[in-house]
Amino acid sequence: MKGMTVIVKTIASWVKVLIFLFGIYIVLFGHLTPGGGFAGGVILASSYVLLMLAFGRECVEENLPLPVASKLDCLGALFFALIAILGLAFGGIFFVNFLYQKYLPGKPLELISAGTIPFSNIAIGLKVGASLFLIIFVLSVFCKDFKCKESQKETEPGGVAGANG
Amino acid sequence: MAIFYTLLLFMIIAAIIAVETKNLLSAVICIGAIGFGASLMFLFLRAPDIAITQIVVEVLGLIILIRATIARDLTFISGDREFFGVVVSVVIVFVIFLAGVKVFETLSVFGSPIFALVPGAASQTYIAEGLERTGAANIVSSVILDFRAYDTLGEATVLFTSIIGATVIMREKAKKLLEDPDQ
Repeated sequence: MKGMTVIVKTIASWVKVLIFLFGIYIVLFGHLTPGGGFAGGVILASSYVLLMLAFGRECVEENLPLPVASKLDCLGALFFALIAILGLAFGGIFFVNFLYQKYLPGKPLELISAGTIPFSNIAIGLKVGASLFLIIFVLSVFCKDFKCKESQKETEPGGVAGANG
Repeated sequence: MAIFYTLLLFMIIAAIIAVETKNLLSAVICIGAIGFGASLMFLFLRAPDIAITQIVVEVLGLIILIRATIARDLTFISGDREFFGVVVSVVIVFVIFLAGVKVFETLSVFGSPIFALVPGAASQTYIAEGLERTGAANIVSSVILDFRAYDTLGEATVLFTSIIGATVIMREKAKKLLEDPDQ
């Protein structure tokens, strides 16, 4: 049986949704409340780490395959660079906040305000979340194979139960 | 001004020793001395955040380099040279402690904002006109994503590059290639 006990699995299956939702909230409201793209991205990645610890690595691999996570990472970086280049195209200066200054002023302290800052937050959140997920995933693959090899050298092969992801 | 020239002389001597020495471990330690000299210089130039970054990167790089070189040539020190090494390290730690005390005297009191010292500082403009000029209620967000967005772009690039490096080194195909170079 992969993963941890039934208690941990049940609690994790309830809590993972709340953690993911909280991460999305932190990213979207980064220009109004403390937080922002980086902190929200770390929270998004931590919900997947919880899944990985509770249900094992294979479950997460089905849910969010490695190529998809890599593409999300690249998409976040591309989106952030695109915002900067759009500032050069529409506002005349690299990284200028052209949405706030020309097209969409919005009211302060509302969700739709601050021009390009919420979009930058979304891009950074996507990027940081996907990259932290990728790092932890790749490290867990590496550590697990390493541990398997060590124990195979000591005892007979096949004696390793995948208890942790 | 004299302290900068002293530090510069120290760093240049360390750099020459690092290039000329035959022992790999001494070369690595000399490179570490250059880094610590640079971080002390940043401290005396009143840039503590850069000094902290420099010292953290230096310690991490030193650990990795020593870990990489110590497997190749392991040297043990014993006898009179052991006593000499202990004395030298105690003296160096004491000198760095004195320099730290000297630097902390130049910093402003904890809790007092930095723009009280410098009247025309940029932070004053950010606090006064941040909401009006960017529309973001969170001042930190408006600084890192509007006024100083170049820094954030650089940090994102650093993160992106490190992720690419980690995934390329640790993917499964590369590991198999490392184990069996024949395939």
